[in-house]
Amino acid sequence: MHATVSSNVPTTARAEEAARNARDTRNDRLFAGLLKACALLVLIALIGAATSTLWLGRDAFATFGWGFLTSSAWDPTNNQYGALVPVMGTVLTALIALVFAVPVSFGIALFLTEIAPNWLRGPVSSAIELLAGIPSIIYGMWGLFIFAPFVATTIKPWLMNHFSADPPDGQVSWLVQHVPFIAKFFSSEYPFFGAGIFTAGLVLAVMIIPFISSVMREVFQTVPTRLKESAYALGSSTWEVVWDIVVPYTRTAVIGGIFLGLGRALGETMAVAFVIGNTFKFTPSILETGSTIASTIANQFGEAEGLQKSALMAIAFLLFVVTFIVLLIARLMLRRLATKEGS
Amino acid sequence: MFTRKLCIAALVAASLFGMSAQATDITGAGSSFVYPVLSKWSATYAEKTGNKLNYQSVGSGAGIAQIKEGTIDFGASDAPMSAEDLTKFGLGQFPSVVGGIVPVVNLQGIAAGQLKLDGKILADIYLGKVARWSDPAIAALNPGVKIPDVKITVVHRSDGSGTSFNFTNYLSKVSPEWASKVKFGTAVEWPAGVGGKGNEGVSQYVRQIPGSIGYVEYAYAKKNAISYAQMQNAAGKWVEPSAETFAAAAATADWKSAKDFNLIMTNAPGDQAWPITATTWIIMYKKSKNASHTKVAFDFFKWSLENGQPQAASLDYVPLPAPLVQQIEAYWAAEYKN
Amino acid sequence: MSASLYTTRRIKNVLAMILSVAATGIGLLFLAWILWETLSQGIAGLKPALFTKITAYREEGGLANAMVGSLILNVIGILIATPIGVMAGTWLAEYSRRSRLGPTIRFLNDILLSAPSIVLGLFVYTIIVLPSQWLTNGDVTFSGIAGGIALALIALPVIVRTTDEMLRLVPGTLREAALSLGVPQWKLTVQILIRAARSGIVTGVLLALARISGETAPLLLTAFGNNFMTFNPLDKMPSLPQVIYDYTKDPSPDINTLAWAGAFVLTMFVLALSLVARFVFSRSKVSHD
Repeated sequence: MHATVSSNVPTTARAEEAARNARDTRNDRLFAGLLKACALLVLIALIGAATSTLWLGRDAFATFGWGFLTSSAWDPTNNQYGALVPVMGTVLTALIALVFAVPVSFGIALFLTEIAPNWLRGPVSSAIELLAGIPSIIYGMWGLFIFAPFVATTIKPWLMNHFSADPPDGQVSWLVQHVPFIAKFFSSEYPFFGAGIFTAGLVLAVMIIPFISSVMREVFQTVPTRLKESAYALGSSTWEVVWDIVVPYTRTAVIGGIFLGLGRALGETMAVAFVIGNTFKFTPSILETGSTIASTIANQFGEAEGLQKSALMAIAFLLFVVTFIVLLIARLMLRRLATKEGS
Repeated sequence: MFTRKLCIAALVAASLFGMSAQATDITGAGSSFVYPVLSKWSATYAEKTGNKLNYQSVGSGAGIAQIKEGTIDFGASDAPMSAEDLTKFGLGQFPSVVGGIVPVVNLQGIAAGQLKLDGKILADIYLGKVARWSDPAIAALNPGVKIPDVKITVVHRSDGSGTSFNFTNYLSKVSPEWASKVKFGTAVEWPAGVGGKGNEGVSQYVRQIPGSIGYVEYAYAKKNAISYAQMQNAAGKWVEPSAETFAAAAATADWKSAKDFNLIMTNAPGDQAWPITATTWIIMYKKSKNASHTKVAFDFFKWSLENGQPQAASLDYVPLPAPLVQQIEAYWAAEYKN
Repeated sequence: MSASLYTTRRIKNVLAMILSVAATGIGLLFLAWILWETLSQGIAGLKPALFTKITAYREEGGLANAMVGSLILNVIGILIATPIGVMAGTWLAEYSRRSRLGPTIRFLNDILLSAPSIVLGLFVYTIIVLPSQWLTNGDVTFSGIAGGIALALIALPVIVRTTDEMLRLVPGTLREAALSLGVPQWKLTVQILIRAARSGIVTGVLLALARISGETAPLLLTAFGNNFMTFNPLDKMPSLPQVIYDYTKDPSPDINTLAWAGAFVLTMFVLALSLVARFVFSRSKVSHD
């Protein structure tokens, strides 16, 4: 390792250095081993958690086979279970949450790193992070008592007026008349009812904004000032510096932050359970009620036994699978992006 | 510096571990229905005896699962355990307090107790067969009451619950169609309507949606001023939900011939009986796993049956009728041998 | 031509700035909205008794035992998760370059991030609560330790993820400079890299703390809850989120008020903690130039 020791150094010094080198190497090895052990602990935790759900859910998988994945039944009195509706609900709510949370978080991070005066940055970023500190049960209560009624009286009628075939104001919009199928995604049996997949997605968006925005802000700050200053010196506008310098420099870390938010959105339990309506009817409409994997488990675990409990554990295992697939797709997209840019 | 902090932390931790010896603490888990009253009782009981009873509402099913694992001293369930399960695990069960479940509605101009419903109509509404409040069958039960002509929105529980268990059990008893199509349980596949999480979710939705109907524990309807409906009971009489009608149901239910108190009180026969009355069973090992814990647990329940009833009444629970209390104490003497 | 290009660029810039300010406004609006609701619904419950009396007394009581319990559970959770998480994250960022294990663990960590918390609680119930019941003959079953471990499992992936990201953003020149001076790698990692990424790592720990301080589901079958005060981590331990959850389900409006008050206290607690941590750790900010 240290091959450059010259021959005219006194022997004692050389011996000392050799000892130090040996010590350093040993310490390095110990240190690396310790770190690796910790990393392996993450592996063990996940494998343990996933296998335990698979083990506890084995009855449901054995009983229903592959049909478990495609069935929309959830009937505890007749012991018929299928994972389709909760899996769909989980993916849909997380997608809706990302669609709203990513741009807003980006805007917040941009504001905090480039626009806001220095004295404002600390307080505003602490305030945004405070959103992450609100317990999810409070999001649930707020969602149930305040936000869902708000959705029911303002957002939902507007959406239905513009996108559904059965609008409250009676005038079917141009869009619905000319774009096929769009109305299917915005129909609702109970127009005055605020809970549903869309509402759950919005609540999730608010919950994950602090996660995504604080990681984005943190990584934006690590961009070397000299890079940004060179761009400014060449006459770039703030937006151009951010879009052409900051974002490419921090891209993988930004996507890491988005995964952090996505992870929370996929697994969130209490907040969703209060506002999604918890029904098991298969529907393409985001304005209808539905259920997610985590909310189903939280709602039914306390009272479940036998095959029902097993089915709950089986969908918990499927959540691991769904996350795996979602992350895999994201990874492949990233790789394609990287090859396209030739980096 | 860091190592010193670590040492201090270790010392603190060690001293904390050392102070685990205390008066007997007993632990129970299960139904959320009895959580308020058990919590209140435990405070008074701890002041009297120094023994602490720690009860947590994890759900009836989870309570039963935990008592089977032996992690807790007693379980509490809104649904009775079957005779074979009790024998298999060496468990016994007895009722604790009684409460009622009431249909609540949101209808403009209709005051609490003004609307009358019978079991069949209620089942048809929840089956989705009666879809409007102007339905002639409803009008026939409510002569002279001006019911607005709006769509009925059914609200049910979305989580598994003892409230749903008793409600659907009642519907199964009064409607053959319900009994064959939906059956009863803590969670069922609801033919119609929207789901609210917990009593609070159902009452919130009923308040928000005009023309809606739901069902909640009586304490909810009373404390939050939601208008409830009168019901026609098994004897054909009209009754309003109240402590008296719940007590009447508990008193007229046929406990004498129910082995291990395995009896669901819905649709009780008495003239004054409220049709959807329920209790929560306390489940304990017949052969004690920990004698000192079991002794305190029995002392607690004896104390609560004999002295805790005023507190229960203040929380809108109904005390068990005296003959039933005697039957429970006889059951303890006969089945629980330490 | 160049003037119009200049104008479009300026318009684009102004537009981006406006949208960015609007986004921040939206975030703050939701924060204010939720805080306002918790405060206005819970203000009647914010009395001294809230901090001095225990939950067993219900309306006449407070949340003191739950606050103490939450504090103990969160401290245990963070004390377990932070060293492991930071070390695992460091390994991923600094040591896993040439191994295939690195990307695999990074990937699995992302999956762990979204594991439903109730499942992690069940896992800890199986590997900690049940064995401790057998080992102690039923004296120790549910415990603060078990609850803390469940919370640590939730905090861990958040800390791993942020540590990994932050370390990888430390410029390579810093590493090369140190290595060329003959600094051993462990010293480089501990004294230079982690120090350089410190503010980011602290953010990660705070996010993790914020997340676990609001968890209910994993505690039901691990810490279990307690209506009385306890300081013993081997005892069944109450927590604020669990009490808030129980109290929102309660028929009595007075109890519901206590739930909102508890939520307000919990939120303020997380805010105070993150302010203190920021103040302590941001004194010496390392620039990456």
